[in-house]
Amino acid sequence: MARGHRRRIPVFSYIIRRLISAVILLLIVSAVTFGIFFLLPKLAGQTTDQLAQQYIGKAPTPADIAAVKKNLGLDKPVYEQYWDFLKGIFVGVDYKFGPEAARCNVPCFGYSFKTHIEVWPEIQSRLPVTMSLAFGAAVVWLVSGISTGVISALRPGSIFDRLSMGVALAGVSLPMFFTGALALALFTYQWPIFERSDYIPLFENPFLWARTLVLPWVTLAFLYSALYARLTRAGMMETLGEDYIRTARAKGLHERKVVVRHGLRAALTPIITVFGMDLGLLLGGALITEQVFSLQGVGAFAVQAITDNDLPKVLGVTLLAAFFIVLCNLVVDVLYAAVDPRVRLS
Amino acid sequence: MTDSSENQTEPAAKAGKAAKAGKADKAAKAEKAVKAEKAAKGSEAAQPAAAGAAGPPTAFLEVRDLKVHFPTDDGIVKSVDGLTFSLEKGKTLGVVGESGSGKSVTSLAVMGLHRASRQQRSKVRMSGEIWLDGKELVGADPDEVRRLRGREMAMIFQDPLSALHPFYTVGQQIVEAYRVHHDVDKKTARKRAVEMLDRVGIPQPDKRVDDHPHQFSGGMRQRAMIAMALVNNPELLIADEPTTALDVTVQAQILDLIRDLQKEFGSAVIIITHDLGVVAELADDLLVMYGGRCIERGPAAEVFSAPQHPYTWGLLGSMPRIDRDQTDRLIPVKGSPPSLINVPSGCAFNPRCPYADVPKDDVTRTVRPELRQVAGGHFSACHMTQEERERIWTEEIAPRL
Ligand SMILES: Nc1ncnc2c1ncn2[C@@H]1O[C@H](COP(=O)(O)OP(=O)(O)OP(=O)(O)O)[C@@H](O)[C@H]1O
Ligand code: SF4
Ligand SMILES: [Mg+2]
Repeated sequence: MARGHRRRIPVFSYIIRRLISAVILLLIVSAVTFGIFFLLPKLAGQTTDQLAQQYIGKAPTPADIAAVKKNLGLDKPVYEQYWDFLKGIFVGVDYKFGPEAARCNVPCFGYSFKTHIEVWPEIQSRLPVTMSLAFGAAVVWLVSGISTGVISALRPGSIFDRLSMGVALAGVSLPMFFTGALALALFTYQWPIFERSDYIPLFENPFLWARTLVLPWVTLAFLYSALYARLTRAGMMETLGEDYIRTARAKGLHERKVVVRHGLRAALTPIITVFGMDLGLLLGGALITEQVFSLQGVGAFAVQAITDNDLPKVLGVTLLAAFFIVLCNLVVDVLYAAVDPRVRLS
Repeated sequence: MTDSSENQTEPAAKAGKAAKAGKADKAAKAEKAVKAEKAAKGSEAAQPAAAGAAGPPTAFLEVRDLKVHFPTDDGIVKSVDGLTFSLEKGKTLGVVGESGSGKSVTSLAVMGLHRASRQQRSKVRMSGEIWLDGKELVGADPDEVRRLRGREMAMIFQDPLSALHPFYTVGQQIVEAYRVHHDVDKKTARKRAVEMLDRVGIPQPDKRVDDHPHQFSGGMRQRAMIAMALVNNPELLIADEPTTALDVTVQAQILDLIRDLQKEFGSAVIIITHDLGVVAELADDLLVMYGGRCIERGPAAEVFSAPQHPYTWGLLGSMPRIDRDQTDRLIPVKGSPPSLINVPSGCAFNPRCPYADVPKDDVTRTVRPELRQVAGGHFSACHMTQEERERIWTEEIAPRL
């Protein structure tokens, strides 16, 4: 009995510990991000008056400005503003400036005074696009990247190996602008296999959903496949030289099982780590891909916000990206523990 | 026990295979030239005729003129270069020799582990014959050898921590080894794994079966390794330095275990080690390797009591003894192991041999000594005459040991 406990408890306590540290990490990341966005205008030499002015129409009176400053707490110290921001996430915020008033609902991740929209609903409406793009591409690159890497590792120096590693090198070094534009030129304009169209929700029409996304998936996955193929190949080459691989062969196992069950299983751990990072980043918006294929996702939103110098929007997107990265890392840590039993106990 | 690399004709198929690569062709030619030269010198080999060297042997395991070469960027590494020995069921063969003498490469060759994957096959050149229970393995289909692996022959590796997969439980790994060769369900296999763990002396085997290797101590891991190797009742067990990674008391336990298990199952055992103490206890026969070749072999008792090769004297001299201070090693072998790419001409041991000038005409540096019979099954490869060797042994070496 005692042994059963010894095995199970570490897993739970490990997950709890990871969960707590993820929350702490999220707080730190959001504080730092908030701090930077607080500092940025100051570094650019803007006064709070000028800041306040941005929130109002064309010709504000000094009284208007003072009212806005008071209402938005622009004169408050940074930690108080951060606290207000956090509070806003859970209770929402009411803004009053000049003649106008606005309500930013729970969860309030900021309010764009320039465009008079709440940041969160806007992001929310764009998330399905970005998620479809990220998850779809991830499936494509995991399958193609890992299988290419494994086959290459099994036959280093072979034609397949050299060819695929050559393509991989191209994939890593060619910019998305180029590959994306090329894909569009070939498969949308030259041979209109994948017509250009707006995003179509998955539950509306799965077929059309996939069809609009195939090109972005493949273009994005091309870059990542290349990285993952190289990563997998290197990892496999290393693990296939391990002593336990020799042991597996000494049992009389079929080589295929040796490679997959013993080799790949061990080579996957570093890949999982990198994958967590990559997916987290992508969920925060695939800036270039969304641009190239005119997808209205979070990335396009971010680009627009930056161009407009709309700080509340930029802050919202940045925090979202941070949230996804922390979340993906948490998932990675848990996966890691599932894969490598040594992790749970240390 | 037969040996005569000169007389042996490699099976045509294998020669053809070796000749495929241009380099191999050259090497083969050079080899032939050397052989011819030696044949011309007149083989003074006073050993039994090579028993035709063609048909299947009578011994359970017979290795004939085994060569394992690895072509590398620096040249061809001749890790094993003409090795011949045989082993009967129920007997233990001890293989000794310093680091790099080709002990592991030999055992992996017997297991077919130089040719398990496509990649490995492209990196090794093997010739000679390995007969296991009437089947020849060097020329056999790798998949056929794979099916023998783990069932007819099994291996215990040196470092049990790195040799066990860190992500699978000990039980899973033993179960896997069993199910490769037995069509049984997981439950049955697990019962068998627990039984084996119990047999090798792991306490609470039904609980420990679910532990991962890192939860075991070094000695327990080696026991688990042994359980895994024995799970299919192999007839040949190869233990490659099974105790080097362990502390002294555990070493003794593991050796006892191997001995007990051998008695129980009557399998043939090859035990590889640099520790002569280990073989002194376990081995019936002894094979001393130097630079990829056998330089002395014979019944362990004889090799220990009347060794017939200067290198063996050196090994015995450097053997730590319980009744002496560990640091008080008598006649260590001076110098470093030979390069396996440019093996010294003549006797590979000549740069380090204190007696290299005893045989006349510098023959030691020009002609490679072949194994010659000393008495019964005792062979040694040294140019000195038997009288010279016996005199040096009894007058100079033995008194100092
Ligand atoms: N795959 C390989 N490619 C090239 N050289 C190899 C290969 N495997 C072994 N060798 C070389 O063959 C030689 C003999 O190695 P081997 O492992 O058999 O030595 P050993 O007698 O077992 O030594 P140790 O006591 O250190 O284990 C070494 O010099 C080694 O570098
Ligand atoms: S042949 Fe010569 S060098 Fe070799 S062991 Fe004998 S005496 Fe020494
Ligand atoms: Mg070795």
